[in-house]
Amino acid sequence: MGNFGKKIEVFWKMFYESNGYTKVLTGLQNTMYIATVGLAIGIVIGTIIAIIAVIPKYKRLPRILDRFCKFYVGLFRGTPVVVQLLVFYYVVFPLMGVKMPSVNVCVLVFGLNSGAYVSEIMRSGIMSVDPGQLEAARAVGLSFGVSMMKVVVPQAVKNILPTLGNEFIALIKETSVVSFVGAADLYVAFNYIGTNSYEFMVPYLVMALIYIVLVMAIALLVRIMERSLRKSDRHN
Amino acid sequence: MIDIIDLRKRYGNLEVLKGITNTIHEGEKVAIIGPSGSGKSTFLRCLNCLEDPTSGQIIFEGVNIADMKVDINIHRRHIGMVFQQFNLFNNKTVIDNIMLAPLHIKISELRKKKIKNFFIKLRNVFTPDKKPLYEINTTKAQIKEEVRANAMRLLKRIGLEDKANAFPSTLSGGQKQRIAIIRALAMNPKVMLFDEPTSALDPEMVGEVLDLIKQLADEGMTMVIVTHEMGFAREVATRVLFMDEGMIVEENTPEEIFNNPRNPRTKEFLSKVL
Repeated sequence: MGNFGKKIEVFWKMFYESNGYTKVLTGLQNTMYIATVGLAIGIVIGTIIAIIAVIPKYKRLPRILDRFCKFYVGLFRGTPVVVQLLVFYYVVFPLMGVKMPSVNVCVLVFGLNSGAYVSEIMRSGIMSVDPGQLEAARAVGLSFGVSMMKVVVPQAVKNILPTLGNEFIALIKETSVVSFVGAADLYVAFNYIGTNSYEFMVPYLVMALIYIVLVMAIALLVRIMERSLRKSDRHN
Repeated sequence: MIDIIDLRKRYGNLEVLKGITNTIHEGEKVAIIGPSGSGKSTFLRCLNCLEDPTSGQIIFEGVNIADMKVDINIHRRHIGMVFQQFNLFNNKTVIDNIMLAPLHIKISELRKKKIKNFFIKLRNVFTPDKKPLYEINTTKAQIKEEVRANAMRLLKRIGLEDKANAFPSTLSGGQKQRIAIIRALAMNPKVMLFDEPTSALDPEMVGEVLDLIKQLADEGMTMVIVTHEMGFAREVATRVLFMDEGMIVEENTPEEIFNNPRNPRTKEFLSKVL
Protein backbone atom coordinates (compact mmCIF):
# COMPACT_ATOMS: atom_id res chain seq x y z
CA MET A 1 0.00 0.00 0.00
CA GLY A 2 3.02 2.21 0.44
CA ASN A 3 3.11 3.31 -3.13
CA PHE A 4 -0.61 3.91 -3.41
CA GLY A 5 -0.02 7.66 -3.28
CA LYS A 6 2.38 7.35 -6.15
CA LYS A 7 -0.16 5.36 -8.11
CA ILE A 8 -2.71 8.09 -7.62
CA GLU A 9 -0.14 10.61 -8.78
CA VAL A 10 0.52 8.62 -11.94
CA PHE A 11 -3.19 8.29 -12.57
CA TRP A 12 -3.80 11.98 -12.01
CA LYS A 13 -1.00 12.88 -14.40
CA MET A 14 -2.48 10.63 -17.05
CA PHE A 15 -6.01 11.70 -16.29
CA TYR A 16 -5.53 15.43 -16.12
CA GLU A 17 -2.31 16.48 -17.75
CA SER A 18 -2.32 14.01 -20.64
CA ASN A 19 -5.99 14.71 -21.38
CA GLY A 20 -7.18 11.29 -20.18
CA TYR A 21 -10.30 13.03 -18.87
CA THR A 22 -11.51 13.87 -22.37
CA LYS A 23 -11.56 10.13 -23.07
CA VAL A 24 -13.37 9.50 -19.83
CA LEU A 25 -15.93 12.17 -20.67
CA THR A 26 -16.49 10.69 -24.13
CA GLY A 27 -16.76 7.27 -22.52
CA LEU A 28 -19.27 8.52 -19.97
CA GLN A 29 -21.22 10.24 -22.69
CA ASN A 30 -21.33 7.08 -24.81
CA THR A 31 -22.32 4.94 -21.84
CA MET A 32 -25.17 7.27 -20.94
CA TYR A 33 -26.17 7.69 -24.57
CA ILE A 34 -26.36 3.96 -25.21
CA ALA A 35 -28.23 3.29 -21.98
CA THR A 36 -30.71 6.18 -22.27
CA VAL A 37 -31.57 5.90 -25.94
CA GLY A 38 -31.49 2.11 -25.59
CA LEU A 39 -34.02 2.27 -22.78
CA ALA A 40 -36.17 4.74 -24.73
CA ILE A 41 -36.25 2.37 -27.71
CA GLY A 42 -36.84 -0.50 -25.29
CA ILE A 43 -39.82 1.21 -23.68
CA VAL A 44 -41.40 1.93 -27.06
CA ILE A 45 -40.86 -1.63 -28.32
CA GLY A 46 -41.80 -3.12 -24.96
CA THR A 47 -45.04 -1.12 -24.75
CA ILE A 48 -46.05 -2.14 -28.26
CA ILE A 49 -45.35 -5.82 -27.55
CA ALA A 50 -47.16 -5.67 -24.22
CA ILE A 51 -50.22 -4.05 -25.83
CA ILE A 52 -50.22 -6.67 -28.59
CA ALA A 53 -50.10 -9.32 -25.89
CA VAL A 54 -53.27 -7.99 -24.24
CA ILE A 55 -55.31 -7.28 -27.41
CA PRO A 56 -58.31 -9.60 -27.62
CA LYS A 57 -57.32 -12.27 -30.15
CA TYR A 58 -60.49 -12.64 -32.21
CA LYS A 59 -58.86 -11.69 -35.46
CA ARG A 60 -55.99 -13.20 -37.35
CA LEU A 61 -53.65 -10.20 -37.39
CA PRO A 62 -53.24 -9.85 -33.60
CA ARG A 63 -52.59 -13.59 -33.36
CA ILE A 64 -49.84 -13.46 -35.96
CA LEU A 65 -48.34 -10.33 -34.39
CA ASP A 66 -48.46 -11.95 -30.98
CA ARG A 67 -46.63 -15.02 -32.23
CA PHE A 68 -43.97 -12.84 -33.83
CA CYS A 69 -43.55 -10.88 -30.58
CA LYS A 70 -43.19 -14.07 -28.55
CA PHE A 71 -40.48 -15.21 -30.96
CA TYR A 72 -38.72 -11.87 -30.67
CA VAL A 73 -38.80 -11.88 -26.87
CA GLY A 74 -37.57 -15.46 -26.78
CA LEU A 75 -34.71 -14.62 -29.11
CA PHE A 76 -33.47 -11.61 -27.18
CA ARG A 77 -33.92 -13.07 -23.74
CA GLY A 78 -32.35 -16.32 -24.80
CA THR A 79 -28.96 -14.94 -25.82
CA PRO A 80 -26.37 -12.88 -23.94
CA VAL A 81 -26.20 -9.25 -24.93
CA VAL A 82 -22.53 -9.64 -25.94
CA VAL A 83 -23.52 -12.29 -28.44
CA GLN A 84 -26.27 -10.05 -29.79
CA LEU A 85 -23.80 -7.19 -30.17
CA LEU A 86 -21.31 -9.39 -32.02
CA VAL A 87 -23.97 -10.94 -34.22
CA PHE A 88 -25.46 -7.59 -35.19
CA TYR A 89 -22.10 -5.93 -35.73
CA TYR A 90 -20.35 -8.73 -37.57
CA VAL A 91 -23.22 -10.69 -39.14
CA VAL A 92 -26.55 -8.94 -39.51
CA PHE A 93 -25.48 -5.46 -40.56
CA PRO A 94 -22.68 -6.57 -42.96
CA LEU A 95 -25.15 -9.01 -44.57
CA MET A 96 -27.66 -6.21 -44.93
CA GLY A 97 -24.93 -3.98 -46.31
CA VAL A 98 -25.51 -1.38 -43.59
CA LYS A 99 -22.53 0.60 -42.35
CA MET A 100 -23.08 2.20 -39.01
CA PRO A 101 -20.83 3.64 -36.31
CA SER A 102 -20.39 1.07 -33.56
CA VAL A 103 -22.04 3.31 -30.94
CA ASN A 104 -25.23 3.38 -32.99
CA VAL A 105 -25.13 -0.38 -33.38
CA CYS A 106 -24.87 -0.62 -29.62
CA VAL A 107 -27.84 1.72 -29.12
CA LEU A 108 -29.91 -0.39 -31.48
CA VAL A 109 -28.93 -3.72 -29.95
CA PHE A 110 -29.45 -2.50 -26.41
CA GLY A 111 -32.79 -1.04 -27.47
CA LEU A 112 -33.91 -4.33 -29.01
CA ASN A 113 -32.59 -6.25 -26.04
CA SER A 114 -34.27 -4.12 -23.38
CA GLY A 115 -37.44 -4.07 -25.49
CA ALA A 116 -37.76 -7.79 -24.81
CA TYR A 117 -37.34 -7.30 -21.07
CA VAL A 118 -39.48 -4.16 -20.84
CA SER A 119 -42.31 -5.94 -22.69
CA GLU A 120 -42.63 -8.43 -19.83
CA ILE A 121 -42.41 -5.69 -17.21
CA MET A 122 -44.98 -3.61 -19.08
CA ARG A 123 -47.32 -6.57 -19.53
CA SER A 124 -47.37 -7.25 -15.82
CA GLY A 125 -47.94 -3.52 -15.29
CA ILE A 126 -50.90 -3.48 -17.67
CA MET A 127 -52.34 -6.60 -16.01
CA SER A 128 -52.10 -4.84 -12.64
CA VAL A 129 -54.47 -2.07 -13.78
CA ASP A 130 -58.13 -2.70 -12.94
CA PRO A 131 -59.90 -3.95 -16.11
CA GLY A 132 -62.73 -1.55 -15.26
CA GLN A 133 -60.47 1.31 -16.33
CA LEU A 134 -60.24 -0.01 -19.87
CA GLU A 135 -63.96 -0.77 -19.91
CA ALA A 136 -64.85 2.74 -18.81
CA ALA A 137 -62.64 4.25 -21.50
CA ARG A 138 -64.13 1.98 -24.17
CA ALA A 139 -67.63 2.76 -22.93
CA VAL A 140 -67.23 6.49 -23.65
CA GLY A 141 -66.28 5.63 -27.23
CA LEU A 142 -62.50 5.71 -27.17
CA SER A 143 -60.77 3.12 -29.31
CA PHE A 144 -58.71 0.30 -27.80
CA GLY A 145 -55.43 2.02 -28.70
CA VAL A 146 -56.42 5.43 -27.33
CA SER A 147 -57.84 3.90 -24.14
CA MET A 148 -54.60 2.05 -23.66
CA MET A 149 -52.37 5.05 -24.25
CA LYS A 150 -54.40 7.59 -22.27
CA VAL A 151 -55.73 5.54 -19.39
CA VAL A 152 -54.20 2.11 -18.91
CA VAL A 153 -50.53 2.56 -19.83
CA PRO A 154 -50.00 5.70 -17.68
CA GLN A 155 -51.30 3.78 -14.67
CA ALA A 156 -49.26 0.73 -15.62
CA VAL A 157 -46.10 2.85 -15.91
CA LYS A 158 -46.70 4.25 -12.47
CA ASN A 159 -46.94 0.74 -11.07
CA ILE A 160 -43.80 -0.49 -12.77
CA LEU A 161 -41.62 2.60 -12.44
CA PRO A 162 -39.30 1.06 -9.82
CA THR A 163 -38.84 -1.99 -12.04
CA LEU A 164 -38.17 0.23 -15.06
CA GLY A 165 -35.58 2.08 -12.98
CA ASN A 166 -33.91 -1.27 -12.28
CA GLU A 167 -33.94 -2.01 -15.98
CA PHE A 168 -32.20 1.29 -16.65
CA ILE A 169 -29.58 0.53 -14.01
CA ALA A 170 -29.05 -2.94 -15.44
CA LEU A 171 -28.67 -1.40 -18.88
CA ILE A 172 -26.02 1.07 -17.71
CA LYS A 173 -24.04 -1.76 -16.20
CA GLU A 174 -24.44 -3.96 -19.24
CA THR A 175 -23.09 -1.25 -21.54
CA SER A 176 -19.64 -2.08 -20.17
CA VAL A 177 -19.38 -4.77 -22.86
CA VAL A 178 -19.74 -2.45 -25.84
CA SER A 179 -15.97 -2.38 -26.34
CA PHE A 180 -16.44 -5.84 -27.91
CA VAL A 181 -17.56 -4.05 -31.05
CA GLY A 182 -15.22 -1.10 -30.68
CA ALA A 183 -17.45 1.49 -29.05
CA ALA A 184 -15.62 3.79 -26.66
CA ASP A 185 -17.30 3.60 -23.27
CA LEU A 186 -16.04 4.15 -19.73
CA TYR A 187 -14.13 0.86 -19.75
CA VAL A 188 -12.27 1.81 -22.92
CA ALA A 189 -11.34 5.21 -21.45
CA PHE A 190 -9.94 3.82 -18.21
CA ASN A 191 -8.31 0.93 -19.96
CA TYR A 192 -6.56 3.49 -22.15
CA ILE A 193 -5.31 5.37 -19.11
CA GLY A 194 -4.16 2.13 -17.50
CA THR A 195 -2.35 0.87 -20.55
CA ASN A 196 -0.53 4.12 -21.11
CA SER A 197 0.64 4.48 -17.52
CA TYR A 198 1.25 0.73 -16.91
CA GLU A 199 -0.86 1.24 -13.82
CA PHE A 200 -4.36 -0.30 -13.60
CA MET A 201 -5.27 -0.21 -9.93
CA VAL A 202 -6.43 3.38 -9.61
CA PRO A 203 -8.09 3.72 -13.04
CA TYR A 204 -10.30 0.68 -12.49
CA LEU A 205 -11.08 1.79 -8.95
CA VAL A 206 -12.21 5.19 -10.25
CA MET A 207 -14.23 3.45 -12.98
CA ALA A 208 -16.04 1.40 -10.35
CA LEU A 209 -16.74 4.55 -8.36
CA ILE A 210 -18.19 6.31 -11.40
CA TYR A 211 -20.54 3.38 -12.06
CA ILE A 212 -21.68 3.35 -8.45
CA VAL A 213 -22.32 7.10 -8.42
CA LEU A 214 -24.24 6.84 -11.71
CA VAL A 215 -26.42 4.04 -10.43
CA MET A 216 -27.10 5.74 -7.12
CA ALA A 217 -28.04 8.98 -8.87
CA ILE A 218 -30.50 7.14 -11.09
CA ALA A 219 -32.00 5.27 -8.16
CA LEU A 220 -32.56 8.63 -6.48
CA LEU A 221 -34.10 10.10 -9.62
CA VAL A 222 -36.49 7.16 -9.92
CA ARG A 223 -37.57 7.63 -6.33
CA ILE A 224 -38.30 11.32 -6.92
CA MET A 225 -40.27 10.53 -10.07
CA GLU A 226 -42.21 7.87 -8.25
CA ARG A 227 -43.17 10.32 -5.55
CA SER A 228 -44.42 12.89 -8.03
CA LEU A 229 -46.42 10.22 -9.90
CA ARG A 230 -48.00 9.08 -6.63
CA LYS A 231 -49.87 12.38 -6.48
CA SER A 232 -53.03 10.74 -7.72
CA ASP A 233 -52.89 8.19 -4.88
CA ARG A 234 -52.55 10.61 -2.05
CA HIS A 235 -55.54 10.99 0.19
CA ASN A 236 -55.94 14.44 1.62
CA MET B 1 -84.40 3.32 -30.03
CA ILE B 2 -82.67 0.04 -29.22
CA ASP B 3 -84.10 -3.13 -30.73
CA ILE B 4 -82.74 -6.32 -29.25
CA ILE B 5 -83.42 -9.38 -31.37
CA ASP B 6 -82.77 -12.89 -30.08
CA LEU B 7 -79.68 -11.87 -28.12
CA ARG B 8 -77.59 -14.79 -26.90
CA LYS B 9 -74.36 -14.84 -24.94
CA ARG B 10 -72.38 -17.92 -24.15
CA TYR B 11 -69.20 -18.35 -22.09
CA GLY B 12 -67.80 -21.72 -23.07
CA ASN B 13 -70.58 -24.15 -22.26
CA LEU B 14 -72.47 -21.76 -20.07
CA GLU B 15 -75.27 -19.92 -21.81
CA VAL B 16 -75.81 -16.72 -19.87
CA LEU B 17 -78.37 -15.08 -22.14
CA LYS B 18 -80.83 -17.42 -23.78
CA GLY B 19 -82.41 -15.38 -26.52
CA ILE B 20 -83.64 -11.98 -25.43
CA THR B 21 -85.91 -9.96 -27.65
CA ASN B 22 -87.05 -6.56 -26.53
CA THR B 23 -87.33 -2.95 -27.60
CA ILE B 24 -86.27 0.09 -25.63
CA HIS B 25 -88.16 3.15 -26.80
CA GLU B 26 -87.06 6.73 -26.64
CA GLY B 27 -87.75 8.37 -23.28
CA GLU B 28 -88.35 5.06 -21.53
CA LYS B 29 -86.80 4.23 -18.20
CA VAL B 30 -86.38 0.50 -18.07
CA ALA B 31 -85.42 -1.16 -14.80
CA ILE B 32 -84.02 -4.68 -14.91
CA ILE B 33 -84.39 -6.70 -11.74
CA GLY B 34 -83.72 -10.31 -10.94
CA PRO B 35 -81.64 -12.64 -8.78
CA SER B 36 -77.85 -12.54 -9.08
CA GLY B 37 -76.51 -14.71 -11.87
CA SER B 38 -79.64 -14.13 -13.91
CA GLY B 39 -77.70 -12.32 -16.66
CA LYS B 40 -78.93 -8.77 -15.92
CA SER B 41 -75.50 -7.20 -16.04
CA THR B 42 -74.40 -9.27 -19.03
CA PHE B 43 -77.53 -8.14 -20.87
CA LEU B 44 -76.79 -4.51 -20.08
CA ARG B 45 -73.15 -4.85 -21.10
CA CYS B 46 -74.21 -6.40 -24.38
CA LEU B 47 -76.23 -3.27 -25.18
CA ASN B 48 -73.05 -1.29 -25.82
CA CYS B 49 -71.06 -4.38 -26.82
CA LEU B 50 -68.74 -4.33 -23.81
CA GLU B 51 -69.56 -8.02 -24.02
CA ASP B 52 -69.74 -9.21 -27.61
CA PRO B 53 -73.01 -11.08 -28.10
CA THR B 54 -72.56 -14.67 -29.27
CA SER B 55 -75.51 -14.25 -31.61
CA GLY B 56 -78.44 -11.98 -32.17
CA GLN B 57 -78.81 -8.37 -33.14
CA ILE B 58 -78.76 -5.08 -31.31
CA ILE B 59 -80.17 -2.38 -33.54
CA PHE B 60 -79.24 1.06 -32.23
CA GLU B 61 -80.49 3.92 -34.42
CA GLY B 62 -80.90 1.60 -37.36
CA VAL B 63 -77.45 0.02 -37.14
CA ASN B 64 -76.75 -3.49 -35.89
CA ILE B 65 -73.96 -2.71 -33.44
CA ALA B 66 -73.49 -6.38 -32.60
CA ASP B 67 -71.97 -6.76 -36.04
CA MET B 68 -68.17 -6.94 -35.68
CA LYS B 69 -67.67 -4.89 -38.84
CA VAL B 70 -69.42 -1.84 -37.42
CA ASP B 71 -67.14 0.77 -35.84
CA ILE B 72 -68.51 0.34 -32.34
CA ASN B 73 -66.60 3.36 -30.98
CA ILE B 74 -68.76 5.80 -32.92
CA HIS B 75 -71.99 4.30 -31.58
CA ARG B 76 -70.72 3.97 -28.02
CA ARG B 77 -70.38 7.76 -27.92
CA HIS B 78 -74.18 7.96 -27.89
CA ILE B 79 -74.60 5.30 -25.21
CA GLY B 80 -73.52 6.46 -21.76
CA MET B 81 -72.57 3.81 -19.22
CA VAL B 82 -72.24 3.96 -15.46
CA PHE B 83 -70.55 1.11 -13.61
CA GLN B 84 -71.01 -0.43 -10.21
CA GLN B 85 -67.36 0.26 -9.35
CA PHE B 86 -67.46 3.85 -10.74
CA ASN B 87 -64.30 3.27 -12.82
CA LEU B 88 -63.14 6.85 -12.80
CA PHE B 89 -59.75 7.12 -14.48
CA ASN B 90 -57.39 7.02 -11.50
CA ASN B 91 -54.57 8.80 -13.32
CA LYS B 92 -56.65 11.85 -14.18
CA THR B 93 -58.18 14.65 -12.17
CA VAL B 94 -61.95 14.95 -11.98
CA ILE B 95 -62.15 17.57 -14.72
CA ASP B 96 -59.81 15.57 -16.97
CA ASN B 97 -61.96 12.49 -16.39
CA ILE B 98 -64.94 14.37 -17.75
CA MET B 99 -63.02 16.07 -20.57
CA LEU B 100 -60.99 13.11 -21.83
CA ALA B 101 -63.40 11.55 -24.27
CA PRO B 102 -65.12 14.66 -25.72
CA LEU B 103 -61.81 16.46 -26.06
CA HIS B 104 -60.06 13.55 -27.71
CA ILE B 105 -62.89 12.92 -30.13
CA LYS B 106 -63.30 16.57 -31.13
CA ILE B 107 -59.59 17.14 -31.55
CA SER B 108 -59.07 14.00 -33.58
CA GLU B 109 -61.97 15.07 -35.83
CA LEU B 110 -60.26 18.42 -36.31
CA ARG B 111 -56.96 16.69 -37.06
CA LYS B 112 -58.61 14.42 -39.61
CA LYS B 113 -60.14 17.43 -41.36
CA LYS B 114 -56.77 19.17 -41.46
CA ILE B 115 -55.10 16.10 -42.96
CA LYS B 116 -57.84 15.76 -45.57
CA ASN B 117 -57.53 19.47 -46.40
CA PHE B 118 -53.80 19.04 -46.87
CA PHE B 119 -54.34 16.33 -49.46
CA ILE B 120 -57.06 18.33 -51.19
CA LYS B 121 -54.71 21.30 -51.40
CA LEU B 122 -51.99 19.06 -52.76
CA ARG B 123 -54.39 17.70 -55.35
CA ASN B 124 -55.66 21.16 -56.26
CA VAL B 125 -52.13 22.20 -57.20
CA PHE B 126 -51.95 19.55 -59.91
CA THR B 127 -55.49 19.49 -61.28
CA PRO B 128 -57.46 22.29 -62.93
CA ASP B 129 -60.77 21.51 -61.20
CA LYS B 130 -60.51 22.84 -57.67
CA LYS B 131 -62.11 20.81 -54.91
CA PRO B 132 -63.45 22.80 -51.94
CA LEU B 133 -61.72 22.42 -48.58
CA TYR B 134 -63.46 21.24 -45.45
CA GLU B 135 -64.55 24.13 -43.34
CA ILE B 136 -62.52 24.55 -40.18
CA ASN B 137 -63.92 27.19 -37.88
CA THR B 138 -62.49 26.21 -34.52
CA THR B 139 -58.99 25.97 -33.17
CA LYS B 140 -57.67 23.41 -30.74
CA ALA B 141 -57.66 26.01 -27.95
CA GLN B 142 -61.28 26.91 -28.62
CA ILE B 143 -62.35 23.28 -28.54
CA LYS B 144 -60.53 22.80 -25.27
CA GLU B 145 -62.17 25.87 -23.75
CA GLU B 146 -65.59 24.72 -24.92
CA VAL B 147 -65.18 21.20 -23.53
CA ARG B 148 -63.83 22.55 -20.26
CA ALA B 149 -66.75 24.97 -19.91
CA ASN B 150 -69.19 22.14 -20.51
CA ALA B 151 -67.42 19.95 -17.95
CA MET B 152 -67.50 22.75 -15.38
CA ARG B 153 -71.19 23.32 -16.06
CA LEU B 154 -71.86 19.63 -15.38
CA LEU B 155 -69.73 19.71 -12.24
CA LYS B 156 -71.61 22.76 -10.98
CA ARG B 157 -74.82 20.91 -11.57
CA ILE B 158 -73.84 18.28 -9.02
CA GLY B 159 -72.21 20.89 -6.78
CA LEU B 160 -68.69 19.49 -7.01
CA GLU B 161 -66.99 22.29 -8.95
CA ASP B 162 -64.47 22.71 -6.12
CA LYS B 163 -63.31 19.12 -6.72
CA ALA B 164 -62.41 19.80 -10.36
CA ASN B 165 -58.68 19.38 -9.78
CA ALA B 166 -58.87 16.60 -7.20
CA PHE B 167 -57.90 13.02 -8.00
CA PRO B 168 -60.59 10.33 -7.74
CA SER B 169 -58.81 8.61 -4.84
CA THR B 170 -59.63 11.60 -2.63
CA LEU B 171 -63.39 11.42 -3.20
CA SER B 172 -66.18 9.53 -1.47
CA GLY B 173 -68.03 6.77 -3.27
CA GLY B 174 -71.11 8.92 -3.80
CA GLN B 175 -69.03 11.74 -5.28
CA LYS B 176 -67.21 9.28 -7.55
CA GLN B 177 -70.43 7.81 -8.85
CA ARG B 178 -71.99 11.20 -9.49
CA ILE B 179 -68.88 12.24 -11.40
CA ALA B 180 -69.01 8.98 -13.35
CA ILE B 181 -72.58 9.87 -14.32
CA ILE B 182 -71.71 13.34 -15.55
CA ARG B 183 -68.66 11.93 -17.32
CA ALA B 184 -71.08 9.87 -19.36
CA LEU B 185 -73.36 12.91 -19.77
CA ALA B 186 -70.50 14.98 -21.20
CA MET B 187 -70.79 12.95 -24.40
CA ASN B 188 -74.47 13.97 -24.77
CA PRO B 189 -75.61 10.36 -24.90
CA LYS B 190 -79.01 9.42 -26.26
CA VAL B 191 -79.39 6.58 -23.81
CA MET B 192 -77.78 5.84 -20.45
CA LEU B 193 -77.03 2.38 -19.09
CA PHE B 194 -76.64 1.97 -15.34
CA ASP B 195 -75.05 -1.21 -14.06
CA GLU B 196 -76.06 -1.44 -10.40
CA PRO B 197 -75.03 2.16 -9.81
CA THR B 198 -75.57 2.10 -6.05
CA SER B 199 -74.46 -1.42 -5.11
CA ALA B 200 -70.90 -0.45 -4.17
CA LEU B 201 -71.93 2.60 -2.15
CA ASP B 202 -72.19 3.13 1.57
CA PRO B 203 -75.87 3.33 2.53
CA GLU B 204 -75.76 7.05 3.35
CA MET B 205 -74.49 7.85 -0.15
CA VAL B 206 -77.10 5.92 -2.09
CA GLY B 207 -79.57 8.80 -1.87
CA GLU B 208 -77.44 11.44 -3.59
CA VAL B 209 -76.71 9.14 -6.54
CA LEU B 210 -80.33 8.06 -6.93
CA ASP B 211 -81.43 11.71 -6.78
CA LEU B 212 -79.15 12.55 -9.69
CA ILE B 213 -80.39 9.59 -11.73
CA LYS B 214 -83.95 10.64 -10.95
CA GLN B 215 -83.23 14.17 -12.14
CA LEU B 216 -81.95 12.77 -15.43
CA ALA B 217 -85.04 10.61 -15.72
CA ASP B 218 -87.29 13.63 -15.17
CA GLU B 219 -85.43 15.45 -17.92
CA GLY B 220 -86.51 12.74 -20.32
CA MET B 221 -83.28 10.77 -20.70
CA THR B 222 -83.78 7.26 -22.01
CA MET B 223 -82.27 4.88 -19.51
CA VAL B 224 -81.79 1.23 -18.72
CA ILE B 225 -81.02 0.50 -15.09
CA VAL B 226 -79.94 -2.76 -13.54
CA THR B 227 -80.71 -2.32 -9.89
CA HIS B 228 -81.39 -3.94 -6.57
CA GLU B 229 -83.13 -0.82 -5.28
CA MET B 230 -86.73 -1.95 -5.70
CA GLY B 231 -88.16 1.27 -4.30
CA PHE B 232 -86.17 3.26 -6.81
CA ALA B 233 -87.21 0.99 -9.67
CA ARG B 234 -90.83 1.41 -8.70
CA GLU B 235 -90.52 5.18 -8.47
CA VAL B 236 -88.50 5.96 -11.59
CA ALA B 237 -89.05 3.15 -14.08
CA THR B 238 -91.73 3.22 -16.72
CA ARG B 239 -91.24 -0.46 -17.36
CA VAL B 240 -89.68 -3.25 -15.31
CA LEU B 241 -88.08 -6.37 -16.73
CA PHE B 242 -87.69 -9.34 -14.44
CA MET B 243 -84.87 -11.62 -15.59
CA ASP B 244 -84.08 -15.12 -14.45
CA GLU B 245 -81.70 -17.72 -15.88
CA GLY B 246 -80.84 -15.67 -18.94
CA MET B 247 -84.38 -14.87 -20.01
CA ILE B 248 -86.87 -12.08 -19.50
CA VAL B 249 -89.47 -13.89 -17.48
CA GLU B 250 -91.87 -11.05 -16.97
CA GLU B 251 -92.17 -7.45 -18.02
CA ASN B 252 -94.72 -4.89 -17.05
CA THR B 253 -95.27 -1.51 -15.52
CA PRO B 254 -93.77 -1.18 -12.04
CA GLU B 255 -97.21 -1.09 -10.40
CA GLU B 256 -98.23 -4.34 -12.02
CA ILE B 257 -94.96 -6.15 -11.40
CA PHE B 258 -94.59 -5.15 -7.77
CA ASN B 259 -98.23 -5.36 -6.73
CA ASN B 260 -99.46 -8.10 -8.97
CA PRO B 261 -96.63 -10.34 -10.21
CA ARG B 262 -97.89 -13.08 -12.51
CA ASN B 263 -94.95 -15.43 -12.92
CA PRO B 264 -94.23 -17.69 -9.94
CA ARG B 265 -90.51 -16.94 -10.15
CA THR B 266 -91.18 -13.20 -10.01
CA LYS B 267 -93.42 -13.75 -7.03
CA GLU B 268 -90.76 -15.78 -5.27
CA PHE B 269 -88.03 -13.21 -5.97
CA LEU B 270 -90.12 -10.25 -4.89
CA SER B 271 -91.25 -11.98 -1.73
CA LYS B 272 -87.58 -12.34 -0.80
CA VAL B 273 -86.45 -8.81 -1.53
CA LEU B 274 -89.44 -6.67 -0.60
